Amino acid sequence: MSRPAAPSGPAARRSGYEVVVGLEVHLALRTRTKLFCPCAASGDEAGATAGAATAGAAAAGDGSGETQPNRHVCPVCLGLPGALPVPNARAVELAVRFAAALDCAVPEVTAFARKHYGYPDAPKNYQISQHDRPVGLGGALDLPNGRRVRLVRCHLEEDAGRLIHPTYADHSLVDLDRAGAPLIELVTAPDLRSGEDARAFLEEVRALARALDVSDATPEEGRMRADVNVSLRRPGEPLGTKVEVKNLNSFKSVQAAIESEATRQERLLQAGRGVSQETRGWNEGGQKSYVMRTKEEAADYRYLDDPDLPPIRLTAAWLAAVRAATPETPAALRRRYAAAGLKPDDADRLATDADLSRAFDALVDAAGRAAGATAPAPAAQALANWLLVEVVGWAHAANTGVTALRLTDPGPAGRLAALVALVEAREITGPTAKALLGEVLAGADPRALVAARGLRQVSDAGELAGWVDGVLAAHPEVAAGAREQPKAVNFLMGRVMQASRGQARPDAVRALLLERLGIGDA
Amino acid sequence: MTSARETAAAVRSRRVTAVEVAETALAAAASSTSNAFVTLAEARALARAAAVDAAITAGRDPGPLAGVPVAVKDNICTAGVATTAGSAVLRGFVPPYDATVVARLEAAGALVIGKTNLDEFAMGSSSETSVFGPVRHPADPGRVAGGSSGGSAVAVAEGVVPLALGTDTGGSVRQPAAFCGVFGIKPTYGRLSRYGVIAYASSLDQVGVFSRDADDAAVALSAMAGRDPADATTAARAADELGPVPVDLRGLRVGRIADLWQGVSDGVRAALDGVAARFVESGATVVDVELPLVEAAVSSYYLIAMAEASSNLARYDGTLYGLRLGEARDGHEAVARATRAAGLGREVQRRVLMGSFALSAGYADAYAERAARVRRRIADALQDALAGVDVLLAPTAPTVAWRQGERLDDPLAMYVADVTTCLANLSGMPALSLPAGAAEDGLPAGAQLIGPAWSEARLLGWARAVTAKA
Repeated sequence: MSRPAAPSGPAARRSGYEVVVGLEVHLALRTRTKLFCPCAASGDEAGATAGAATAGAAAAGDGSGETQPNRHVCPVCLGLPGALPVPNARAVELAVRFAAALDCAVPEVTAFARKHYGYPDAPKNYQISQHDRPVGLGGALDLPNGRRVRLVRCHLEEDAGRLIHPTYADHSLVDLDRAGAPLIELVTAPDLRSGEDARAFLEEVRALARALDVSDATPEEGRMRADVNVSLRRPGEPLGTKVEVKNLNSFKSVQAAIESEATRQERLLQAGRGVSQETRGWNEGGQKSYVMRTKEEAADYRYLDDPDLPPIRLTAAWLAAVRAATPETPAALRRRYAAAGLKPDDADRLATDADLSRAFDALVDAAGRAAGATAPAPAAQALANWLLVEVVGWAHAANTGVTALRLTDPGPAGRLAALVALVEAREITGPTAKALLGEVLAGADPRALVAARGLRQVSDAGELAGWVDGVLAAHPEVAAGAREQPKAVNFLMGRVMQASRGQARPDAVRALLLERLGIGDA
Repeated sequence: MTSARETAAAVRSRRVTAVEVAETALAAAASSTSNAFVTLAEARALARAAAVDAAITAGRDPGPLAGVPVAVKDNICTAGVATTAGSAVLRGFVPPYDATVVARLEAAGALVIGKTNLDEFAMGSSSETSVFGPVRHPADPGRVAGGSSGGSAVAVAEGVVPLALGTDTGGSVRQPAAFCGVFGIKPTYGRLSRYGVIAYASSLDQVGVFSRDADDAAVALSAMAGRDPADATTAARAADELGPVPVDLRGLRVGRIADLWQGVSDGVRAALDGVAARFVESGATVVDVELPLVEAAVSSYYLIAMAEASSNLARYDGTLYGLRLGEARDGHEAVARATRAAGLGREVQRRVLMGSFALSAGYADAYAERAARVRRRIADALQDALAGVDVLLAPTAPTVAWRQGERLDDPLAMYVADVTTCLANLSGMPALSLPAGAAEDGLPAGAQLIGPAWSEARLLGWARAVTAKA
């Protein structure tokens, strides 16, 4: 999609219609256990660590049938007779953390309700959710493009199981490993105006969920899912009839489904036919939607306050503690990084990647600790450049993740900060530092390496002149043509750096070369 | 008839072994003709008994209920022993876990000898709707035992066991206790764990105890009471002292709920007057108290119970356990429909359908929510009444046990009789039924005492004081 930003502009309108979009987003909470029982929430044995959570979700997500189903179940999440749910305090805390960060009003009392629907993925034939007392009401999320998306509510609920439809079988199979896992559902007001808008919103929600350590928010593993409500109207008129599209398992599908649905409705309206209220499913392969149920078949959920779960009182003191333990939001991170002098793109990249932002903060801390009166800490931008370009590139080439480098630990962060400080203080050259990066990340002390190998940057005029004159003598024809061929200077620079084994101070080399070639400062 | 305390003392002092006690109780249960038991847990009881005997031999404390045989209503889960709630839909269901109350009774040395008959899913007042057939009254097989915990009441009345567990959602422990002439208590909501108790109406359900006297009930309650991490509705103070404190009745203020005295049979009224007289003889004063909204209690109670039942019973769809009818290839809904149609009895279907209706869009306001409001006002009214008196006295049931089949086709007549007992469930307050002597046809009548929340110890003490003189 290459449509320009500012989606509320004419670009979002179709034949004079405005596209109106609301989202329902589900996020799988990052808890060790399920919402109402002690079973592992991630479907993984260990469950506790983020890495394990990812592995577990992957195992459950691909439907390859290679993993055993129904391993993480107990009487409670199987809905056996007499079993009772007991709320997971951590899940409540994470949901409130998320709701509060979205500026939702967090009530003094929150309660669970049973939402009834008969489907084999719900072993009790009801889902424990929240109805009139959710953890958050109202609130808003500001997108980086400045658009404010109002929220209707944020609530906690249990996930359903998974149905498996074996090929050529006359039956389906049920895997309840995921049943009872904690979810947050976030419902927006109809404030979005295009598929692109929706995608930007989802990206911001994902960044927020990760920054707050609330959810892995990985759509590809089913840990972030969205349903969309789409309607068309003439600008300024009341909302049109909305259609819900479900089964969207990537941000791309969300965007495509909204555009496809808007086109479908536009055609209906153009043809003078009305849009009927219905729920549609999204066919990923065909990139089109199909009818799931019409308004007449709309479910009556028969909500009932869950008598097994007494309402939970959220005291002011507890709420204050939750707020105090809440990490910074992407918006706050963006502001902080901008104030520290980072380029907007870098600030945004760090703000929307929790792993990188934690590594960056640790790096800044380490650099600050090591700095003294004589050796100031490197600029934040320099640290950002090293992290975002060199370290990320190195990790990518090494086929590992940035988290595996443990840059949030003082040791690794301190060593990397020291390497950058050496460059910034011009004690070593950039090329030297890049050559040392792998060893430093593997645990070597950059100062010791530089000292042991004599890698300090050379600024001595005599030494530099020796290398420069040697190179000029070796390449007389290049030197002669340098006046007409500016690129030739770079070639000669490279040879000098090579001759100095990367130690020659680059700006001094360039100045000397230009002087010898009789070229004015370019 | 030996009490639980006497049995435990005999076992502890090795005058009898727990295995001998278990064998005697199992034999008595097997020879009973009242259809009180639906499953006997021989292997489990004998294994537990052997463990109790071994503990005593080894000098370890076998617990306050050492070797005491108990019967457990069949809607309370027992690991490895079939638990059906008297329903075809759960035929063959063997729970992989014990209800907390069962685990705690056994930890105190008790021996679960079997599971008792009941109205299907505890929905009834006569123990006639079980898939295992009706329970017969111990004194007159042509009469009902009361319900829904009829089997447990009979097991104690016949002397098979000194203690039995029932569940009480609207009177299902107290009413059969009254009909069978035994002692029955429904504790404060939150006193006993509901974990492993097959839910009928979760906000009203509470496990209760049948016994021959107040002191045995106190021992059993003490063994089971207390917060359960597996039941979020158990209360922190649930483990408060439960033994019946010796009570001097002088100065005690007893409130007769005048409205409930209406429509009571002559025989039952005479028996209740006798209990009131015994209170007075002991130095208490008896006054009449007004209880507004009593006439709305039954409607409120049934709406709430049916609404919650419609939700709680939704899981019995033939997918994971129990009965499965229909063809899988026709889909979940078809299997659920066939399973429920044949697996659930008429009364259960009636309540589930009415409860679903009460919760449905457009009706929830008029029914479910209104019922909840009435419930709160009734609880407040009881609270107010108990501000002026120490304890409320009411009939447990308006009549003695009726004839088998008499009310099966008149559900409303059966529902209305719950007015006397459902107040305690709506308010969560503890209530007990004590034997009040014989009424019509020589059949037993029961007197009900209702006290403020967590007042079980006093309630049991007062009950002991007036029963002892009977």
